[in-house]
Amino acid sequence: MGTTDYALRPVPQILVHEVRGQRTTKKWLDWVLTTDHKKIGIMYLVLTFVFFMLGGVEALMMRTQLSVPNNTLITGEHYNELLTLHGTTMVFLFVVPVMAGFGNYFVPLMIGARDMAFPRLNALSFWLLLAGGIVFYATLLWHPPEAGWWSYPPLSSRQYSPSGGQDAWIFLIHLTGISSLVGAINFYVTIVNMRAPGMTWGRIPLFIWSILIYAVLLIIALPVVAAAVTMLLTDRHFGTHWFDPTDHGSPVLWENLFWFFGHPEVYIMILPGFGMISEVLPVFSRKPIFGYKAIAASTIVIAFLSTLVWAHHLFTAPLPIVVLGFFMLSSFLIGIPTGVKIFNWTATLWRGSLVMTASLYFAIGFIVIFLIGGITGIFLAVFPVDWQLNDTYFVVAHFHYTLMGGAVFSIMAGTYYWYPKMTGRLCNERLGKLSFWVMFSGFNMTFFVQHALGLSGMPRRIYTYQPGMGWSTYNLISSIGSYILAAGTLMSVFNFLRSYKHGQIAGPDPWKANTLEWFTSSPPPDNNFDTIPRVRSVEPMRDIRREVERQTGVLQKTGGSEQFART
Amino acid sequence: MRLLRPLASTVKQSRLLAVLALAIGGPLALPACALAGFITPESGGSPNANAIDSLYKIILYVAAVVFFAVVGVLVTAVYRFRAKKHPVALQIHGHTRLEMGLTLGAAGILVILAIVTFVKLPSILDAPNSRAGADQVLSASLTAPIPPSGDRLTICVTGRQFIWQYTYDLGPSRSADCNKSAYFSRLPYSYQEMYVPAGVTVDLLIQSRDVIHAWWVPALGGKVDAVPGYTTYTWFRADKVGAVYRGQCAQLCGRQHAFMTALVKVLTPGRWAQWIHSQQALIAAQNGQVAQLRQLLIRDGSLTSSGNF
Repeated sequence: MGTTDYALRPVPQILVHEVRGQRTTKKWLDWVLTTDHKKIGIMYLVLTFVFFMLGGVEALMMRTQLSVPNNTLITGEHYNELLTLHGTTMVFLFVVPVMAGFGNYFVPLMIGARDMAFPRLNALSFWLLLAGGIVFYATLLWHPPEAGWWSYPPLSSRQYSPSGGQDAWIFLIHLTGISSLVGAINFYVTIVNMRAPGMTWGRIPLFIWSILIYAVLLIIALPVVAAAVTMLLTDRHFGTHWFDPTDHGSPVLWENLFWFFGHPEVYIMILPGFGMISEVLPVFSRKPIFGYKAIAASTIVIAFLSTLVWAHHLFTAPLPIVVLGFFMLSSFLIGIPTGVKIFNWTATLWRGSLVMTASLYFAIGFIVIFLIGGITGIFLAVFPVDWQLNDTYFVVAHFHYTLMGGAVFSIMAGTYYWYPKMTGRLCNERLGKLSFWVMFSGFNMTFFVQHALGLSGMPRRIYTYQPGMGWSTYNLISSIGSYILAAGTLMSVFNFLRSYKHGQIAGPDPWKANTLEWFTSSPPPDNNFDTIPRVRSVEPMRDIRREVERQTGVLQKTGGSEQFART
Repeated sequence: MRLLRPLASTVKQSRLLAVLALAIGGPLALPACALAGFITPESGGSPNANAIDSLYKIILYVAAVVFFAVVGVLVTAVYRFRAKKHPVALQIHGHTRLEMGLTLGAAGILVILAIVTFVKLPSILDAPNSRAGADQVLSASLTAPIPPSGDRLTICVTGRQFIWQYTYDLGPSRSADCNKSAYFSRLPYSYQEMYVPAGVTVDLLIQSRDVIHAWWVPALGGKVDAVPGYTTYTWFRADKVGAVYRGQCAQLCGRQHAFMTALVKVLTPGRWAQWIHSQQALIAAQNGQVAQLRQLLIRDGSLTSSGNF
């Protein structure tokens, strides 16, 4: 028997009544025209998972090409296209919008609102994202861009990248940028104005804190990249010379503008993941989050510092040494709030009563992986060491530990955690845990050896290499690992698809969780809540359970694991 | 300290963990040569590469301690506090002193690493023999490190899709355009393979003629971007005669980026002087042949006198 049979026991709950609006007879039209945050959230999640799969296939093709030296499977041209597609897809079409997807679904539910502040703007966000994805992937029929997701000029200039693929890339940045910007304003307004009564700033869930900061960072960073790609566009087609060194322009200007956006972007991608982990850990530890204020504050501090560290991507560029020193120290500083988070998460587990669900597996796996990514970040922040490591596979390993390990493992933890709320059904826990172990080992096999590859001198973005460089074994291990990782990911995707029809019925609150989204039915009705309870702490559902217990005399255990006991 | 109480009973386990950490961390203490390229960067070709390597190792030791400490606590927590073994969770919301202490601890580690970096920096930035302090050197990459003894060789490294060109011994005109001085002063040059005299400090002027490249020979020090419109600098001093060091462009520069490689061959100063003379003679001979051919083609009518087809 699974660990989730408690869900079937009758537990007194405050339920909501379904309110359904006027519906069209065509179901697909219902989805196209919807302004319901939950439907938009689902569309976001499905679409971004599709892009995740596409980006994953591109990664597998690159790893296959690199598995043996002097491989001729893929040409240099196609390899550069693949790496540009992979990077751009994962950043702009997967990790950033998947967080918006979770935010869309759960922000109103967690703060006790009935929808986002601007429902139609919300729908616009989604459709702009889809448009960006279509514009970008349509280049597969012509010439995909091949200057990398940084698109450094002059390589991305018209002279060296004459194809329209580069322009499609610019268009993608604009479309997804407007999509995210509109979405960010929506999140900000919603969180600031539409919280349940009594939900003061000290009582909003940590995931909401992270989405709020995500929104603020998007509002700060996106205009900069929008300006930069517009300058690139006018350089390419309208005779300006912003980045053209033959006419007093400077490629270093692009590097600065791009990474002024690019580094906050890193935290845009990871902060909501931090938020999910901060929700998952206390629920499955049966213990309040350790140091709520410290975690919320560290989110804000990380966001602030993240706008001051961009030049650590430019340590090998022509910059004065004093600038390098400054950016080394600022990058060190960002390690402190990140360390605070890791410490608080670990302390949340300590002396808890751990209910080992698939979600918790992914959350703990996340901590281990992100710890490694954070530590290698310190190596890279030391600029003389970065002179050796920059642009090598060490960097590839580092940011996959933070983004693939960090964001994807937290997304997995979040999906297993919230899947019952979104679909009304539980995932298969056993398959989830198996998927975790396969993903975890595949991930480490793929990326841990990449540190060694970088240290032994393999630069990034080369499409082939010679035998006898000492890279062949590491590359083969890494490529095999990538297939294991893909298999593990597919197990979870299969689990999500299968559980949609065949999963156990979850009930409103299968995990005995802490936050308001569990106060309504699963999946929630259009109006989310009949009544919105007054919030008295950061764990309103615990308070409600306690209250029900007081009134009915039926035990609603929250401090122990009784309700998870195996039968 | 209710939170910390279980620690006392985990002392035995932590001892076990310490042994484990030592077993895994032990190899870190092995000589660099055995592990270069696995857990430490390549080094051994030039003093700056060695200095970077030793700085890296200091960080590695600190990192290993932090990693094993956190993972140790995490693994212990998962092992000891599963619901089956530990049915009632401790209902606490935090511990201010502990949190402050650990935050300060993390900050302290980073302060130490910053100090170590700045102490090590001159040995990475300054060419040997240099009397200039770190503060007089404005930049690692914007100002050339010049050893005052004058005993140096300046080589201009020019990146282009997809090959490195080296122009040797620019002499007093070192700041001028490398291509121009190579042409007008008839300086010797070579492609892809760089020849250097052993024991001589080599200043590199790094430029690009098209897109951004990055000069990198791991055993001879860190990489430096070759950005069109800028000149960047680095140096190395290779002491081992007969050594050959490999490197390759580290910045995506186009479709054949993977084949933009570099070889640095170290000769004795005497052999190097010979090589330079023969290279110069070879270039002069080739130029002569090209000029002859050009005259022939002009007379023939297939080239105009200005050299166009």
